[in-house]
Amino acid sequence: MRVPLAHFVSMPAPIFRIASLRKAFGDHTVVDDLSLEIQPGECLGVIGPNGAGKTTTIRMCLGLVGLDGGHIEAFGLPIPARVREAKKRMGVVTQFDSLDPDFTCAENLRVYGRYFGVPNAVIEERIPKLLEFAALQSRAQARPGELSGGMKRRLSLGRALINDPQLLLLDEPTTGLDPQARHVMWERLQKLLQQGKSILLTTHFMDEAERLCDRLIVLDHGRKIAEGTPRGLIEAHLERDVIEVYGDGVHALAASHAHWAQRVETRGETVFFYLSDPGPLLQALGACQNLRVLHRPANLEDLFLKLTGRQIRDD
Amino acid sequence: MHLYGIPRVTRGFWPVVLRNLLVWRKLAVPSVIGNIAEPLITLVAFGYGLGSMIGRVEGLPYIVYLASGSLAVSCALAATFEALYSAYSRMEVQKTWESIMNAPVALDDIVFAELLWAAIKSMFTVAAILAVLFVLGISREPTMLVALPVLWLVGLTFAAIALVFNALARGYDFFTYYFTLVMTPMTFLSGVYFPIGQMPVPLQWLAQVLPLTHAVALVRPLIVGEWPAQPWLPIAVLLAYAAGGYYIALVLTRKRFFK
Repeated sequence: MRVPLAHFVSMPAPIFRIASLRKAFGDHTVVDDLSLEIQPGECLGVIGPNGAGKTTTIRMCLGLVGLDGGHIEAFGLPIPARVREAKKRMGVVTQFDSLDPDFTCAENLRVYGRYFGVPNAVIEERIPKLLEFAALQSRAQARPGELSGGMKRRLSLGRALINDPQLLLLDEPTTGLDPQARHVMWERLQKLLQQGKSILLTTHFMDEAERLCDRLIVLDHGRKIAEGTPRGLIEAHLERDVIEVYGDGVHALAASHAHWAQRVETRGETVFFYLSDPGPLLQALGACQNLRVLHRPANLEDLFLKLTGRQIRDD
Repeated sequence: MHLYGIPRVTRGFWPVVLRNLLVWRKLAVPSVIGNIAEPLITLVAFGYGLGSMIGRVEGLPYIVYLASGSLAVSCALAATFEALYSAYSRMEVQKTWESIMNAPVALDDIVFAELLWAAIKSMFTVAAILAVLFVLGISREPTMLVALPVLWLVGLTFAAIALVFNALARGYDFFTYYFTLVMTPMTFLSGVYFPIGQMPVPLQWLAQVLPLTHAVALVRPLIVGEWPAQPWLPIAVLLAYAAGGYYIALVLTRKRFFK
């Protein structure tokens, strides 16, 4: 059984800890005073727009980018000083697949296991299990070039498990996958959490964060701007419901109906009403014929957009 | 990050060498055929064709003179090619290095592994050509076997120099310049096809600082069945290029990754 550790935020021994982390490339501050902890068995999500500092943070955790300030500690081992020991107990899935194109699926796992110093006998024992976990038993002799995007990602995940890590660092593990492949991936990650593994997950899919993460950190411009459980964050920052209205004359409507809602946002030809009592506004909108109205509960995406804004991030 | 620190190589380099060996094994047959075909064509065309007109060079039948020189060239080119095109593919295109660094293997281990591997791979070429020389009867001297470790040093030297340019590369095109502007002229200046003494004096001086000149000076006597008269200077020059190249390559590669 998975214990909802999220409620014990002050537990004594986190498996992973970042304190006051800071990184700048030239004048550009990428990570700014970031602190976080991961408890054993917990899935911590880091969400944020492109360029928020997610990938840089993960690369610092792996000793691939130097720290300009602060501390990182995995299993009590300081990083980067003892990163080699720490990495033996970590598994990594990066944003872009880096599978070996010349090797079969089985060989990819075998060769990667050797980098961790895992004994050959143990590797051979794990390969069939990991191929099964990745739902690739029948493709053991296939090369990555013959696999679909989802299969490649699952093989990358399987490869990250070859050293039986306690902590997984997953950088946008489902970006670029179709819905079916994403759901398979989520199911596998849930299985890993059930086995007691800890996960640090970066994503910009809010449904992914909501489904998998015990706790979330919202990152923007390298700074932590919110932290909490997915539900807790929504309750703390948002009204209960959202009504989206799209169609002719919505701009006038936004002004005339604003008093029904706690907060109104206009984006292009769509108006978002954030409110806790949707009844009266829905009734008022019922009279308008040529509008499309969508009523739904507020979700993480609303939270994300509220906290980080709606402008497009190019970097 | 310790950009200028001494190399910190651990046991972690060995699985990286094994990885490259495993890939090579899959492509071994076409690779070895290519390795033999090219020098064989040169030997037949120039050795027998041109050689019949030239007669003896520095007291040797031209084909023996040419074969011993082009053995060193093939070794140098094989190591260079591996440390440029293949290493670059692994470093930049396939992101193999990056995935290895996510495991407990550091960049220093990887660069050392690539150096060692390129030298090992040049040995496959060397062994194939030595076999051809033996079969054609160009040389059947026991000292040929001593040429193997000597050429391994040559492979290391040229791999180390090539890794410097690998660290600086922004694309494959860059390597074309390296081959046309560095390797090809060096081949003509190093006493491979004709004695260095045939050239103008300034070029003779230039030849003395080229690593390939010293590689040829070591290898040629061994193919003929003699010991190099003064082996220590060429060995020292090759070692200096290997060590210097390796250190510069390592620093530049660290800068590329950790800057």
